[in-house]
Amino acid sequence: MKLDRTSFITLIAVMGAALVLALLNQMTAAASAAHVPTYVIALAGKYLCFAMLALAVDLVWGFAGILSLGHAAFFALGGYAMGMYLMRQIGTRGVYGNPNLPDFMVFLGWKALPWYWTGFEWFGFAILMAMLVPAVLAGVFGWLAFRSRVTGVYLSIITQALTYALLLAFFRNDMGFGGNNGMTDFKDILGFNVQADSTRSALLVISAVVLCGQFLLARFVVDSRFGKILIAVRDTESRTRFLGYRPESYKLVVWVLSAIMAGIGGALYVPQVGIINPSEFAPGNSIEAVIWVAVGGRGTLVGAILGAIIVNFGKTWFTGALPEVWLYALGAMFIFVTLFLPRGVMGLVRTSAPKEPEPETPAVAAAHEVTG
Amino acid sequence: MPRLIALLLLIVLVLPGSRAHADDAYDALSASALAISPESFDSVRHGIEQLAESGDPRAAVVIGALHDGTLYANDDHALFIQQPDGSYVDAHTGAKAPDVTDDDVKKVRVNNAVRSAIDAALGGLQLFAPDAPTRLHAATAVFTSHDPAALPALKKALAKESDPAVKRLMEQAQAAALLSAPDASEAEKLDAVATLRARGDQDARSVLSALAGQSGPVGTAAAAAVVSIDHFLQIWSVAQSVYYGISLGSVLLLAAAGLAITFGVMGVINMAHGEMVMIGAYVTFVVQQLMHAYLPSLYGISLLIAVPMAFLVSGAVGVVIERSLIRWLYGRPLETLLATWGLSLVLQQVVRSLFGANNQDVDTPGWMSGAFQLGGLTLTWNRLYIIIFAFLVVAALMAALRYTPLGLRMRAVTQNRRMAAAMGIRTPWIDALTFGLGSGIAGIAGVALSQIDNVSPNLGQGYIIDSFMVVVFGGVGNLWGTTLGALTLGIVNKFLEPIAGAVLGKIIVLVLLILFVQRNPRGMFPLKGRAVEA
Repeated sequence: MKLDRTSFITLIAVMGAALVLALLNQMTAAASAAHVPTYVIALAGKYLCFAMLALAVDLVWGFAGILSLGHAAFFALGGYAMGMYLMRQIGTRGVYGNPNLPDFMVFLGWKALPWYWTGFEWFGFAILMAMLVPAVLAGVFGWLAFRSRVTGVYLSIITQALTYALLLAFFRNDMGFGGNNGMTDFKDILGFNVQADSTRSALLVISAVVLCGQFLLARFVVDSRFGKILIAVRDTESRTRFLGYRPESYKLVVWVLSAIMAGIGGALYVPQVGIINPSEFAPGNSIEAVIWVAVGGRGTLVGAILGAIIVNFGKTWFTGALPEVWLYALGAMFIFVTLFLPRGVMGLVRTSAPKEPEPETPAVAAAHEVTG
Repeated sequence: MPRLIALLLLIVLVLPGSRAHADDAYDALSASALAISPESFDSVRHGIEQLAESGDPRAAVVIGALHDGTLYANDDHALFIQQPDGSYVDAHTGAKAPDVTDDDVKKVRVNNAVRSAIDAALGGLQLFAPDAPTRLHAATAVFTSHDPAALPALKKALAKESDPAVKRLMEQAQAAALLSAPDASEAEKLDAVATLRARGDQDARSVLSALAGQSGPVGTAAAAAVVSIDHFLQIWSVAQSVYYGISLGSVLLLAAAGLAITFGVMGVINMAHGEMVMIGAYVTFVVQQLMHAYLPSLYGISLLIAVPMAFLVSGAVGVVIERSLIRWLYGRPLETLLATWGLSLVLQQVVRSLFGANNQDVDTPGWMSGAFQLGGLTLTWNRLYIIIFAFLVVAALMAALRYTPLGLRMRAVTQNRRMAAAMGIRTPWIDALTFGLGSGIAGIAGVALSQIDNVSPNLGQGYIIDSFMVVVFGGVGNLWGTTLGALTLGIVNKFLEPIAGAVLGKIIVLVLLILFVQRNPRGMFPLKGRAVEA
């Protein structure tokens, strides 16, 4: 596997920025000019988790032609798995002081932990579930959908229905996932205080490492023989089928892999933002994830990471400075990118300097601005 | 008239009892509660009941006056009614009695026992009211109270009743009252059970179920009747679910009809479709505000004016969107999806900036509010109008596609664009107009939805997923499929609701839909031919 220069630079930038931010937060005094406040650390960690979701979307959309409008569902499921672990860690420190039951269950008058909460007191189990639950859901859904050759728009619409159904389901108190309010007030992760600066910094660095790992994995997958066939499926599915391949199997594998990547992103997201609730399933979130990829450049993987960071940085900035304008800006970005930048920011990078990309293109500079 | 005079004589005789009791009747009444003679109250009550059963319209006036405290009697037992201006009229005739002064008469007083007798008498008296609706109302009241005391009055009223509907209700009321009467014979009671069984609604059931536990033939008959009514009610509840389902389906149909054009016929994934609906709802709001300010006399038909306005406004917005955005993205459905999603965000924010984020009040005109009873069904007018409206819209849409020159060109362009262009059809304009038509229909849907949903910038978002589901479920490019799909989804949803609850029911429907689309990726009525693979 050979990394192109843009990918290499992006990986180094992501890792480097995360490390620098974490070090500046830990090593400098709070009063010092070089000090990075903790909320920036949490924000950067959040961006990196969104980048994992974007990477997952790009893997299926950019390389298998499956436009998922429900990928945030896998992200949220991973988040819920982590949330359940964190809830169990609260123990007697909850408002009701019940050693076994999370507060919302005590509040609902439940006597025992539902069976599906079994095992979530172990971190390893929760991490496994954060991958397994999205994988199983994606496996069943994808097996049914790809086998019956649901493609294109129809697939997009039923993925949206999927996340919408999950949104409604998780709003129900009877589900045992905290209903409307979801899960929050987390205390510990693996014995470390979730709120502590050091934990936050560590989580940021871990997110960066995981993101880079996911990127390398995705790169490996799309560069492999498997990836070549995937691209063939994306471009002309029927011709690939006539050549003797089974497109549905290829799609299913990459679809499940992508769901797992999104699930991991969600699992890392929850301890850093400190809350998980059903609104993460909202269809709008999934569509927003698609726009990150579109902004960055579909089918480039690097673009997905850049897009997620750029758009979310923009969102943070706009909602702080000009809250009214944010929806205009987001909407305009959708329209502008689809009309004028079909290959996203990466398209700019590659067309402006096709052979020897400058290290400091506007996109990379923007990325530095965001992370650093 | 002689009868009335006889009755009034009766009441005059009975009311104060005898001359000796006369003072008790009103003097004692006026004195103090402690000094009231029970005999006199009995006689007053008895007089009221007699008068009530007389069945004469004048009796109502007299008892009404007693109820209002304006009935006066002089020393000769003649009754007078005090008018609001302080003068008196003769209670017998209603003629003015100018020579009666306040000194000549004493007020007939009442206490609680008498008052309840008055109330019962007034209720019974309405059984003899000249207009049928009042009698119907009175009979309903008797049925609800099923007080055996009303039996004699009911019997008299029944003998006189000519309106079959009122008569039937009176018989039912009589049956209900009979069942509560301790002295009724078994045969009478069995008859009464049969009458109530024939009525067969929840009210009849509650009367009967009180008896069902009793031993003896009446209890057995009542128990059997309850079972029969339950069965009957179950059928009605199924009918009610179907109706609610059609009602929900018609809402889905309205929301999806425009999408059946833009998505189904043109293949454009218009995620801003919901915002077209929302714009239609806001047009309704604006039309109502304007008419309230400038044309208050026509306010009642504001919705009818809003329909074409919403069509024009949303349609115009649609044409602009097609010309400025969508035409660059033909053949790239997924990009269209993203761009129109972005557009929907912008449109929501525009409306939010113009009108604020709060819900706007859209009035329901008088002719659309209220409800009526059909057998065991309660139907609300606004839902019924929306059902009718939805079908009218779809019928108009089908007719427009089939019989108008524009519809012909639209179909030509959809079927074979290049051939249509070769025949001289300006395909870009047809695209724009088709998109405008779909958006305009969405706007019309907004007028209807403004009656049942909150008019807010988020109005459209709630319908977008459902609309796409309906179109995909029904089969793309097929208005019949869309209609059938919408109704099926609506009815399935409403049947699941009582079993699984509203939210879980909706989740089940979504999951079923996902599974259905997996089995039939092209919906219930797929387009045949090679075009679908394109």
